[in-house]
Amino acid sequence: MKLVIIDYGAGNIKSIQFALMRLGINAILSNNIDEIINADKIIFPGVGEASSAMKMLQKSGLDQLIPKLKQPVLGICLGMQLMCKSTEEGNTKGLGIFNAHVKRFSNSVKVPQMGWNVIFNLKTNLFKGIKNKEFMYLVHSFYAENSEQAIALTDYETTYASALQKDNFYGVQFHPEKSGIEGSRILQNFIEL
Amino acid sequence: MLTKRIIPCLDIKNGRTVKGVNFVNLIDAGDPVVLAKQYAELGADELVFLDISATLDGRKTMLEMVLKVAEQVNIPFTVGGGISSISDVDLLLKSGADKVSINSSAIKNPGLVNELAEKFGSQCVVVAIDAKKINGEWIVHLAGGTIATALNLFDWAKEVEKRGAGEILFTSMNNDGTKSGFATEALAKLSALLNIPIIASGGAGNIQHFVDAFQKGKADAALAASVFHFGEIPILKLKQELKNNKIPIRI
Repeated sequence: MKLVIIDYGAGNIKSIQFALMRLGINAILSNNIDEIINADKIIFPGVGEASSAMKMLQKSGLDQLIPKLKQPVLGICLGMQLMCKSTEEGNTKGLGIFNAHVKRFSNSVKVPQMGWNVIFNLKTNLFKGIKNKEFMYLVHSFYAENSEQAIALTDYETTYASALQKDNFYGVQFHPEKSGIEGSRILQNFIEL
Repeated sequence: MLTKRIIPCLDIKNGRTVKGVNFVNLIDAGDPVVLAKQYAELGADELVFLDISATLDGRKTMLEMVLKVAEQVNIPFTVGGGISSISDVDLLLKSGADKVSINSSAIKNPGLVNELAEKFGSQCVVVAIDAKKINGEWIVHLAGGTIATALNLFDWAKEVEKRGAGEILFTSMNNDGTKSGFATEALAKLSALLNIPIIASGGAGNIQHFVDAFQKGKADAALAASVFHFGEIPILKLKQELKNNKIPIRI
């Protein structure tokens, strides 16, 4: 199995690479379009600020490529947010894969949300064997609104989509690579999709 | 519901874990990678590694340790100690650290907080503040608590929040090493003043101290070292007791 982690200069790629290594997968880090097209599975990570991450995607033509991919793609954290229609962070237009807008938490709660919170209303095989209300690790100031494409929900200020899915595209707001044994299980499920 | 975090802190000198009592008399408490893995399995929510070696060789050893921890540990961890530039942070994050904690370098160069937040995102920038209550005022201290600055704890915390810190790690020098409880009043004031998470540090001696840090101090996370390293407070038992006290906790 060939798994590529898209390396476009935004994110904690090492942690994802190590988490996959613990599952016996040697992931390839790449921003090469051919290599990405020929992968069996693709992880689209991202940490940092949305508008500058989007610019980096545009620079390498990845903004055009990603929405056209046919194999399973998993966006993590900012990766998931960039797969949405738009984000309030830097008023950025997203890749438009998910029909969802990304908004900022208000100051009625601590921002960023940082720590372990539960995911519920789990759908699809990505969450096979994961119990309802399982804890996942999250660090984020912006969230995707709840929508029909939500496959997991989390409560923080409001009920928002902590995972989204459309066709071959999956996105998770939490960090499966940092969420203990249950997080690894979600990565394993993605590998087996 | 977002849960409160329990964070064991591992002080590292030349690749080994040590813990100072009132910041002197170092006692060895094991191999950091083994300890980290064990803590993750025991239910720690995050880990903090503080490099106190402060020599070039020590720093290199630290990077190797960070890489090993990232390879083996599946919960988030923060690295602090001697970080003073963007390239220091870049190396640590590339080695697999999730967050970095800066302390003295932020005081000497407050612009560093802005630069780090812009380059790497606020979520990975923790500003550690050591403060001591002197004549009723909380004064920020430098260099492991030995040098007083002119800064007031609350003003400084507010400033680093504005500059883009994602989290504050507040250590009360009056409480650190005493095992007499966290500085709950100062914590509650910080928590009310700021809109970013606050980690309580300094003074953990028993389970009730953690209950107080969350209930009275309104802390988002609590950090401790020796009570965990020497098994005085088992993490699972602590978390069970916190849960019994209706504090949201991950078990």
